[in-house]
Amino acid sequence: MRIVDHLPILQVVVPLVLAPLCALVRSRRLAWGLAAAGSVSSLVVSLRLLSAVMASGPISYAIGDWAPPFGIEYRIDVVNAWVLVVVSTIAAAVAFYARVSVQAEVGDRRIPLFYAAYLLCLSGLLGIAATGDVFNVFVFLEISSLSAYALISLGRDRRALTSAFRYLIMGSVGATFIVIGIGLLYATTGTLNMEDLSEILPQVWDARTVKVAYGFLAVGLCLKLALFPLHLWLPNAYAFAPSAVTAFMAATATKVAVYMLLRFFLTIFGAAFSFGVMGLDRLLLLLALTAIFSMSLVAIFQANVKRLLAYSSVAQIGYMILGLSFASVTGLTATLLHLFNHALMKGALFMALGCVVYRIGSVHIDAMAGLGRRMPLTMAAFVAGGLSLVGVPLTVGFVSKWYLILGALERGWWPVAVLVLITSVMALVYVWRVVEVAYFKPPPDDEPIAEAPASLLVPTWALVALNVYLGIDAGRTIGVAEQAARTLMGTAP
Amino acid sequence: MRLGLSLLVPALAAVLIVVFRARPNLREGVSLAAAAVLFGVVLQLHGAVSDGARPELVLAEPFPGIPLVLEAEPLGVLFALVASFLWIVTTLYSIGYMRGHHEKNQTRFYVFFAYAIASVMGVAFAGNLFTLFVFYEILSLTTFPLVTHAGTEAAKRAGRVYLGILFSTSIVFQLLAIVWTYFAAGTLDFQAGGILDGRVAAGAVPVLLGLFVFGIGKAAVMPFHRWLPAAMVAPTPVSALLHAVAVVKAGVFAVLKVTVYVFGIDFLAGTGASVWLMWVAATTILLGSLVAFTKDNLKARLAYSTVSQLSYVVLGAMLATSWGVVGSGMHIAMHAFGKITLFFCAGAIMVAAHKTEVSQLNGLGRSMPVTFLAFLVGTASIVGLPPTGGSWSKWFLGMGALDAGQAGLVVVLMLSSLLSLAYLMEIPMKGFFGKRSGPPESPGIREAPLPSVAALVVTAAACLLLFVYPDPFYRLMTMVTGQ
Repeated sequence: MRIVDHLPILQVVVPLVLAPLCALVRSRRLAWGLAAAGSVSSLVVSLRLLSAVMASGPISYAIGDWAPPFGIEYRIDVVNAWVLVVVSTIAAAVAFYARVSVQAEVGDRRIPLFYAAYLLCLSGLLGIAATGDVFNVFVFLEISSLSAYALISLGRDRRALTSAFRYLIMGSVGATFIVIGIGLLYATTGTLNMEDLSEILPQVWDARTVKVAYGFLAVGLCLKLALFPLHLWLPNAYAFAPSAVTAFMAATATKVAVYMLLRFFLTIFGAAFSFGVMGLDRLLLLLALTAIFSMSLVAIFQANVKRLLAYSSVAQIGYMILGLSFASVTGLTATLLHLFNHALMKGALFMALGCVVYRIGSVHIDAMAGLGRRMPLTMAAFVAGGLSLVGVPLTVGFVSKWYLILGALERGWWPVAVLVLITSVMALVYVWRVVEVAYFKPPPDDEPIAEAPASLLVPTWALVALNVYLGIDAGRTIGVAEQAARTLMGTAP
Repeated sequence: MRLGLSLLVPALAAVLIVVFRARPNLREGVSLAAAAVLFGVVLQLHGAVSDGARPELVLAEPFPGIPLVLEAEPLGVLFALVASFLWIVTTLYSIGYMRGHHEKNQTRFYVFFAYAIASVMGVAFAGNLFTLFVFYEILSLTTFPLVTHAGTEAAKRAGRVYLGILFSTSIVFQLLAIVWTYFAAGTLDFQAGGILDGRVAAGAVPVLLGLFVFGIGKAAVMPFHRWLPAAMVAPTPVSALLHAVAVVKAGVFAVLKVTVYVFGIDFLAGTGASVWLMWVAATTILLGSLVAFTKDNLKARLAYSTVSQLSYVVLGAMLATSWGVVGSGMHIAMHAFGKITLFFCAGAIMVAAHKTEVSQLNGLGRSMPVTFLAFLVGTASIVGLPPTGGSWSKWFLGMGALDAGQAGLVVVLMLSSLLSLAYLMEIPMKGFFGKRSGPPESPGIREAPLPSVAALVVTAAACLLLFVYPDPFYRLMTMVTGQ
């Protein structure tokens, strides 16, 4: 076998092996170097995987050469190759951003441990996406969650500890529901391999155990992806975590949870079972619409800008779930596009906020008065990210919104289309509140504030540039998302 | 190639303006030169289009099958001609105004002005609905810093109304209409005769058309007109070029373009889908005039007059007859020249005499005769009196209304002309014949700085010239309707 054939496992193992090394080396700089190397290598690997999958179909990789379904199989198709790219793109950008930002926000002694946790979290998220084995999903879910709790608790504000603890409780409840669901599936079918499960399950659709398993998984996954009303852990966790962690988590963790939901309900149980028998679409439609509307409204009234964006994230997750609830290829395309696009815009926005924290130590909306003149590049990045969030044309936000509305019209759901558009205006309102304060309010004092350092601005602007570039030239991302949507719906050619 | 230049010239000018920010003369020189070059480019495009060519330029392809594309066709050329010519005049005017008024941040002003013109060119030459939408939104963004130029609390509030209305209408109504159109027709291209015929259920056509008309908030059809009076906090050259010509005309231009190239006037006339919108436009025409009466502030009065006049263009489009479309397109041009003259005069009065209210103008005409004469000419053109260009567009609109069998609308047109005659005429009347109240005027009041006076003389003269020579615009419009 050539090295290329081992890409699926390398994707996960490289950060996993680098993580303990980070903990062992005492040097901050070396630890950062390892983290950056791990993130960049994941990006390279994931891009190669995506192009390989697009060119020649799914890749199956048997761990330790144990043939599936008995051994653990890593199975990469367009869907998870796409998710891997999403996660590793953000990871790479955040890794470069983290060096200065983390130094400023996390105690010196803890920095190597921070990077260890960061790499563990990354490998956990990549593992969830790469594996083709449901129990393996659970294992990686725990790896990523535990390291995420640790990362969040490193925030400067002491409230970070309580929010991390709250996340831990809620997250563990979610994980427990998931593992119970997986256990019930195993009890019924005797297999943990996803492909195997998807073949066996249609024969036992009527079994009550299967439906109960479905219910447990639904609750657990929705908790993990912070679908309203199971989102309560998210706003504080995002608001008090170190800036780099917020950017990383907001752009990746919930996205991977959405992926899990798609994988379990569409690939394993199958679209016919989810939509036809369980009525998942109707339930999700209701929850998604409530999430989008109520959370956008709540976001408008936040004074802490990080928390404002956190509520906006809950609303945006609603958009992804809304796309799923259309139960159509167009709807799923919107979901998968928004998975990536939302990662790009929220990544850019939280990074811009990190620059603000680096200079003025606060993200309270009043503290940001006059920043438009003092930190022009940072605030310009914020405006660009914000416009993408609103869905202004020529940004990625517009692309996903376009497909979402198209999906709604396809189903003939006019009110849904109108609601999506109205909530875009609400997004404009909460973004504009920040813009107005930054550009029109005079600064509170005369202390000179310098622009953020280049090491923070370059990764931020890299994401902003992607927001714009992929908004102008969206053909490729649309192509991948569409193919992934077909794969999930089982209508791939 | 020339299409690309039409966007590139103003965009490059913006860069050069920043480069020369420390040397005001060179900076304004760049603005003027760019405006002249742009007009030259548009003239060349006009030549090509008159010969039957339809140059096209694909900028990018964001979505499969939905490119970002520029295309020159007669209606767009008409709009671009008006906007680019008036950019030259306005730049000239701005030099006098901004210096005479000691405005701050003049570099930022000229930069965003140039960007705004670039976006206007994008709107004018948009080759499909998507491109039109993109440049429409960019235009809202690039004009925002101009509206809030003063940076005061009032400017901030006005900016909020401005962006709030323009963005919410365009996102909620217009975008929905565009996706709907794409969903129904499978394309967003502008085509002669429209793309929707037979693709949308007859009952849904009035709704879709309504989404477009109200979604294009820049057309200021009531009840979505509030942003326009709000935008008057901007410096007067902005109000003149953007909120009498470029931005508002981008709105009504978009309405006309959608009517002609997306719906097709035959399809609309056949379904009667636009009848209810005719009356919405007629209501706006009358109410706008009535509100204008109540405004003592000169710029506010002109703003409501614009609201009223814009709906003439919308009305012409909604008539869905050839004459209506001709009148509609002509009115884009004629109103532009008339209204910009009025705004130039208002700004000149503000700079020279520091007067902003109509009631303060008593006797001022004797100190500023050129300005007030120009105002008189502009008024005549807005009202539609010969010998000014405005009489032609009113004529064709009237013909269009009769063609459509809507005699009631002709009455509306007449009534509104009378109203506008009354509220606009008051100003030169007061200026020339009003008694100066209070202590005798300080002898210092003279005409505004020379560049500003020159600009308003040029536009007033153009109003007169267009009466005897409206042919370029008329010919373009007949190419649109295919007569």
